Amino acid sequence: MSQSYNRGLIEDFGRWKEFSAGMWAWIFHKFTGWMLIGYLFTHIAVLSSAIAAADGQTMMVAGESVDAYTGTIQGLEGLFIVRVLEVGLLAVAVFHILNGLRLLMVDLGIGLEAQDKSFYASLILTGVITVASVPTFLTGVGL
Amino acid sequence: MAERYSSFTPGGTGWLLQRITAAFLVVVLAFHFFQLHFISHAAEVTFAGTQARMSEVGYFLTMVLFLVTAAFHGINGVYNALVNQGLDGIQKKVVLAVLTIAGLALIAQGTYVAVVMAGWA
Repeated sequence: MSQSYNRGLIEDFGRWKEFSAGMWAWIFHKFTGWMLIGYLFTHIAVLSSAIAAADGQTMMVAGESVDAYTGTIQGLEGLFIVRVLEVGLLAVAVFHILNGLRLLMVDLGIGLEAQDKSFYASLILTGVITVASVPTFLTGVGL
Repeated sequence: MAERYSSFTPGGTGWLLQRITAAFLVVVLAFHFFQLHFISHAAEVTFAGTQARMSEVGYFLTMVLFLVTAAFHGINGVYNALVNQGLDGIQKKVVLAVLTIAGLALIAQGTYVAVVMAGWA
């Protein structure tokens, strides 16, 4: 059975030097969670350009007239910074997923003695998947 | 020693729903990412392609359920993070109300966008 643990006020980030792997996992999980919900609102806002497109609105992209939805998405995807942010989004999502699975195990009391190692494994696996995805995300875009 | 860092009350409804939505999101988010970045590419997305995908009832329902679970998981996560931060009393109620309204607005807007994409509006 899990037991409660007085972790003190982790929100006091001045204590960061005292943090253990579990506390870092907890902080990263919160940080990535905030990023993801922020992205979800942004994502729906961008996709809402479909309403304008269905209404027949057009825009110019690279000298061609296209519908507002296609123009908005292709215009954003043509920016190098957006591609870099997409790689960042993947990193954030992968860490949140892997650490979420780890949290589920911790909550169920499975592998508690290995929870530090599983945090480091989550970080390494996130790094590997992120690096491996870079060529796919940067296809067809210049600086 | 079993150290718990979770923001949730173990065994609570919020805890359980957060886990159930997480399990669903892992699968659908992986599908979403693979489809729009590895099978087809985000840079090649067109309105016509999106309309074709969204007018399939199965895809439409999956995406709307994806939106509802993601909004719940995110809003519930943010609420619990703030409660964990020490939010209490009237502030806690106000924050819950604001987050609930924001979440419902997100679901309403997203569903409307999906209906427009499917050509059913």
